[in-house]
Formats: sequence, structure tokens, C-alpha cells
Amino acid sequence: MQVLYFAWLRERVGLPREEVETSAATVAELVEELKARGERYAVAFKDMAAVRVAVDQELTELGASIKGAREVAFFPPMTGG
Amino acid sequence: MSVSVQAEDFDVGAEMAALTSGRADIGALVSFTGLVREMAGGNEMVLEHYPGMTEKALEAIEAEARGRWELQDCRIIHRYGPLEAGAQIVFVLTASPHRQAAFEAAEFIMDFLKSRAPFWKKEAGGGWVDAREADEAALGRWC
Repeated sequence: MQVLYFAWLRERVGLPREEVETSAATVAELVEELKARGERYAVAFKDMAAVRVAVDQELTELGASIKGAREVAFFPPMTGG
Repeated sequence: MSVSVQAEDFDVGAEMAALTSGRADIGALVSFTGLVREMAGGNEMVLEHYPGMTEKALEAIEAEARGRWELQDCRIIHRYGPLEAGAQIVFVLTASPHRQAAFEAAEFIMDFLKSRAPFWKKEAGGGWVDAREADEAALGRWC
């Protein structure tokens, strides 16, 4: 699946998006897999209270399923308007 | 339904004229224009967004507003990219037979844009703008 990062998550991970092969069932499991990839990911996902997630472009929670998802995006709280 | 996510500026008068042109059933037209305020860390900021999800989120907010109020039409424009202080950044236009629905729907749409549309502001000084608790709290009165 495609994993996307926005704002300071993109800066900390160092990538806007990447293709990820995963067996994770939920967003939270995917985050644990990503954190194990290295320091940049560990720093980006250090404070999960400051991270929001969308699965296939719908805002959701960390416990959400990612089975069959094409796109998972991580970003800070939104500041539109 | 009419939602635009664009880098270009917009013309408030032209948008209002386009929405009311050729019809006489609208009794109330409420418009809100958000501007970039002067910032401590320089007078430019960059607005990042999530192409694809942004349009869907704005369309969902518009659909929700139309479900709650009797709106005859609605227009939402949100800009992205580099923006200088004083620039127009967001525009909401609501039309209804009576003013209360138009006022409330415009406020509802802005409250949701603030913290449910995937935009992130970064000031020229280098810092990302933090989400404000007041913006999150503003959603509470609509739930």
C-alpha cells in the first residue's frame, strides 16, 4: 500500500510517500512496523497523541483496520481555514 | 455542489455574482473570506494539503451543511501553496431563502474547515502552526 506523510511528519520521516509491504491488520500495528524501520520513523511517531490518520482518504482512528487499504496517510492535527 | 481547492486567488464579487445570476428566489447570501494575518516569524506562509482527500473532505462538509440547513446553493474555495500576509485564503458562500440558515451554515462550514480539512500551515520562519484548542472546541456546539 501507499503510505503518505504530511507536514512535520513528512519532514521527520524524510519522504512524502512510499510503497510499504505490510501484514499489519490495523493502523497501530503499521505504526509499530514503521517505527522499527529506524530513528527517523521512531522520532516521527514518538507522540501519537499529535498524529492523525486517514485510511483511503477518510479520517479514522489508530485502531482502524487497514485490510485491503490502498492508501494510509499520517499527519498532524489539521489547520485549515 | 461547488468546491475548489486551488493555488490561485479568487474574486469575491465575481463568485457572489455567479451564484445569484439569473435567479430571484434567494433571500439571503452570506459570505465569509479568511485572510492571512501578519505573523511573528515573517510575512509569508505555505499551506500544504492532501490532494484528493482535501476535495472529498470539503464536499463532505458541504453535504453535511446542506443536510442540516435549507441551502439553495453553496460555494467553498480554499487556497494552498505560498501565501503572503493580507492574502485571501478561504471563501465560503451560502444562499438560502432566509438569513438564519445562511449565517449558521457558513459558520458551521468554517468551523469544520478549521480542524477537519487536511491543510497544514507553515510560517516562513520555519515553524508549523499548531492546531488551536479553541478551533476544536468550536466543533462541539454542532455535535
